[in-house]
Amino acid sequence: MRAPSISAVTLAPHRIAAMVRRYVYLLRSSWTRLLELIYWPAVQLFVWGFLQLYIAQNSGFFARASGVFIAAVLMWDVLFRGQLGFSVSFLEEMWSRNLTNLMISPLRPIEFVCALMIMSLIRLAIGMLPVTFLAMAFFGFNVYSLGLALAAFFLNLILTSWAVGIVVAGVLLRNGMGAESLAWTLMFVLMPLTCVYYPVSVLPDWLQVLAWTLPPTYVFEGMRALLMEHVIRADLMLEAFVLNALYFGAGVLVFLQLLKSARRVGSLLQTGE
Amino acid sequence: MLKTVEPAIAVDQLVKVYKTTRAVDGISFALEPGSITGLLGGNGAGKTTTLAMVMGLIMPTSGTVKVLGAEMPRQRYQVLHEMNFESPYVDMPHRLTVRQNLKVFGLLYAVEDLGGRIAALARELDLSEFLDRPTGKLSAGQKTRVALAKALINSPRVLLLDEPTASLDPDTADWVRGHLERFRKERGTTVLLASHNMAEVERLCERVIIMKRGHIEDDDTPQRLLVRYGRETLEEVFLDVARGRGEAREAAQ
Repeated sequence: MRAPSISAVTLAPHRIAAMVRRYVYLLRSSWTRLLELIYWPAVQLFVWGFLQLYIAQNSGFFARASGVFIAAVLMWDVLFRGQLGFSVSFLEEMWSRNLTNLMISPLRPIEFVCALMIMSLIRLAIGMLPVTFLAMAFFGFNVYSLGLALAAFFLNLILTSWAVGIVVAGVLLRNGMGAESLAWTLMFVLMPLTCVYYPVSVLPDWLQVLAWTLPPTYVFEGMRALLMEHVIRADLMLEAFVLNALYFGAGVLVFLQLLKSARRVGSLLQTGE
Repeated sequence: MLKTVEPAIAVDQLVKVYKTTRAVDGISFALEPGSITGLLGGNGAGKTTTLAMVMGLIMPTSGTVKVLGAEMPRQRYQVLHEMNFESPYVDMPHRLTVRQNLKVFGLLYAVEDLGGRIAALARELDLSEFLDRPTGKLSAGQKTRVALAKALINSPRVLLLDEPTASLDPDTADWVRGHLERFRKERGTTVLLASHNMAEVERLCERVIIMKRGHIEDDDTPQRLLVRYGRETLEEVFLDVARGRGEAREAAQ
């Protein structure tokens, strides 16, 4: 048997790969799980896509800003589905009562988090790639034409989604399945503040201050600047990245503290309600 | 000078308090390497909490637990690869096949020649025909054997079992006990077994620790316990302890 490393912070790629393999096995075992990944993003795309078409027929402004709703819905889905991909993979362990097995194995918490982040990307790719092609086919909107800006938008949104996902996982570890609804709803609390479909300027002044503390707000503002004014706002992406780095670091610390607290109150043994 | 062997598990003045409840109240014991010890006690006696502290899942309020010399949970990553656990209250992913589940855990424990190890365990535990079946579709007895295969995948030096034969029919339970007995003798694994099943403890264990309300009420070999309590079975001893008759008997003597 190979001698494993001793440090709690050492990353072992073979353990991360083992966890990713576990989730891939699960996805492969159920076509309904795979279908579900594409279903909601596709529904969202069609609703907002047709709304965009309708408004564009009646408004010169929206005709000029072609694709702004579709881009917004795709970006929102990166944010929401990214977090959901992370949280649902974690919830799978609780649903299957497997968490104790993992917690007594040599798997480090940070390796577990890495595996969940990789799964979030895999689930996102399965769900979103087909939808981006549907956007091209039905609405003539090519999200890939955004080029490097798209990479910056994606990086910032996925970092926020992971930061939220890590905190949700910590709360689930500490409080059990009673906190499950957080996984499905927490991101929606941010939705009005991150200004997915409208500019920050429409918010009351005091709410704008709050909105600018959230990295996705910078991404959606940057996206509108690109689509409507054809300006790349690198400054916004940089500010979002700095905020994301802070939130992600804070998320990891909160997760580790909640894990410690779970060991104190004994909730790692009983992960039910 | 006598050579002293470091205990495989050393528990010293261990206390766990949940809010106002003292689930474990100052217990101490040391298990020799290669020994098999039964942890007996009624519901709420503190057996599972004790096992969880040994595994590093729960942080003690005070006192220490050392496994193979590593303090739990602080130094758990020094020894988790040499330990394992089985309980009917912990499951494995139902949709994954038995082989997939064992592969995932084998990779987590960095087992060498994993394919060979899975094949050997499947042979020993009579799982070969179920290897490619989803774990959730197996019977309770088959699932227990799979859980046992997972617990043995890394050939652990310390094996913790929480009611390993609960909900099994007598024949399967007997088969599982036989396998555990053989495995321990062959590998020299230290086993700590929490159970309600007195016949199981009597058959498997060379030492019995009886817990009640977080305390250790008695700790001896099954034979000496039977003599001391003047009973014929451990079940009778257990009932004496549970109902407080042990103290009354000792006081009378």
